[in-house]
Formats: sequence, C-alpha cells, structure tokens
Amino acid sequence: MKAHLSRRYLFSASHRLHSEAMSDEENQSTYGKCNNPYGHGHNYTVEVTVSGPVDDKTGMVCNLADLDGFIEREVLARYGHENLNTIKEFTKEVPTTENLCIQIYEIVQRGFHYAHLERVRLEETMMNSFEYAGKSEPLR
Amino acid sequence: MVYLTRKAEFSASHLYHNPDFTPEENRRIFGKCNNPHGHGHNYTLEVTVKGEVDPRSGFVVDLKQLKEIMHREVLAAMDHRFLNKEVPEFLHQIPTTENIAIAIWHRLAPNLAAAKLHRVRVYETPDLFVDFYGEE
Repeated sequence: MKAHLSRRYLFSASHRLHSEAMSDEENQSTYGKCNNPYGHGHNYTVEVTVSGPVDDKTGMVCNLADLDGFIEREVLARYGHENLNTIKEFTKEVPTTENLCIQIYEIVQRGFHYAHLERVRLEETMMNSFEYAGKSEPLR
Repeated sequence: MVYLTRKAEFSASHLYHNPDFTPEENRRIFGKCNNPHGHGHNYTLEVTVKGEVDPRSGFVVDLKQLKEIMHREVLAAMDHRFLNKEVPEFLHQIPTTENIAIAIWHRLAPNLAAAKLHRVRVYETPDLFVDFYGEE
C-alpha cells in the first residue's frame, strides 16, 4: 500500500524583495511594502510530503526521525533566524516564497533518499502559501 | 467532478511495537513511541469523496449519510480506545498514522456507493498527517 506522509516545520526568517534588474520605481510598484529597504520577517511553515510503500515491519513510509533530522540539518539550520537575502542562493535571485519553496524542494530531492519526495508547500503567512512538486510531477 | 471533505475528531491511545524486533531495535526505531504504557493523540480525520453533482438534490453525497457512515465505521470503533488492544486491524499491525489511514479507507470504501472515496487524511498532530488514495 502506498501512502503519502506530510510533516510541518516552523522557521522564522527575514527577507527583502528587490530586483537589481528593475529600477527603484519598478521595484516599488512590483513589490510594494515588501521592498522596504530594511526588510521584514515571517514565521514560515514548510510542509514536506513524501510517499512510498508502507513498510510491513514498521508500519511507516519512512522513519520520522530520519525526515526530521534531515530537515533540521539541511533546511531549518540553513534558513532559520536568517536574513534570506544574505544566503548564497539568494544573492542573485529574489527570495520570494516561490523561490524559497523551489530551493527547499531541491535540497530535499538531492539529499533525502528514504522516501519519494512528492511536494514542498511553504506558508508565508496564514493567507499565502506556495507549493512545488518538481518539474514534471502533477499536484494532487 | 466535485470533491467534498468531511472532518471528524477522535481521541485514542497507541504504542509502536513490533514483537519480531528485539527490545533494543524497538527502542531505536520507534523511540518514545515504544513506551509500553502507550501514549495518546487527538486525531483529526478528513474524508474526501468525489462525484458529479446530482441535478435534483445539488449534492455530491448526502452529508448526513456520510456523517453516519464515518461514525458507525470509524469513530465508534476508534474513539476513546487503546488502538493496539481494541481495534481488530491493530491486534497484529502497528497503529501508525499510515496504517490508521489505510484501515479507515478500507472501512469506508465499501459503504460509499453514491460518491467515490478519493482520499482519507489522518492528522496524528497538527504537524503530521498521512494521505491514502487507495493505491495498492
């Protein structure tokens, strides 16, 4: 039997939305308040969904300790309590939640091999969330 | 195709233990969930059915019937129970969130004639849930 396991994690970070490819006026009109030069912050919630057969012996798709450990080391330690604009991958890319969602997906895709990664969902606020399921996977 | 989801909550206790594992393996794999006295959760169940809208009633499924099926087939069996000892599916299978979702699917699917069961989602905590779409 194939099941989909989802786990949610919280981290806080700041960012500023500003593109060097745009003029100051364009940045203002595109990003509005998010263009504040001092940045602003969010409590992000990242929801990781993996899938796979349910192991006969453990009853699990994968061991939560493995998933939690990986996300703690590779995602939360990387982005938690950081200014995203100072992180290497966002020196040339605007740290919108879309781009952050894709980065997190690619980190998990590259490094977590205990189950198949279905999608990453990132909630920026209670009202905005973003999902990425890789280049060719349809969302359910 | 329209998708309709009905939620319910139930409270239950369980523990994770495989009698084929050594005590050390059980502790290493299941950690605190291997506590022999068990521990509990307030589970949230979301049942999603799909179907076409009936032109006379405007329903995908009669919610009163769905609620009754969920109560009879799932809540009556699992609510306020110790899953490992009181629910037949878990006498010889670990009541992980995965296995609970699968067991609930198999309890509901045969009873839903009017609309088809699309997904069973079980939240063990607000930050941990499993979806089962009936895939073998």
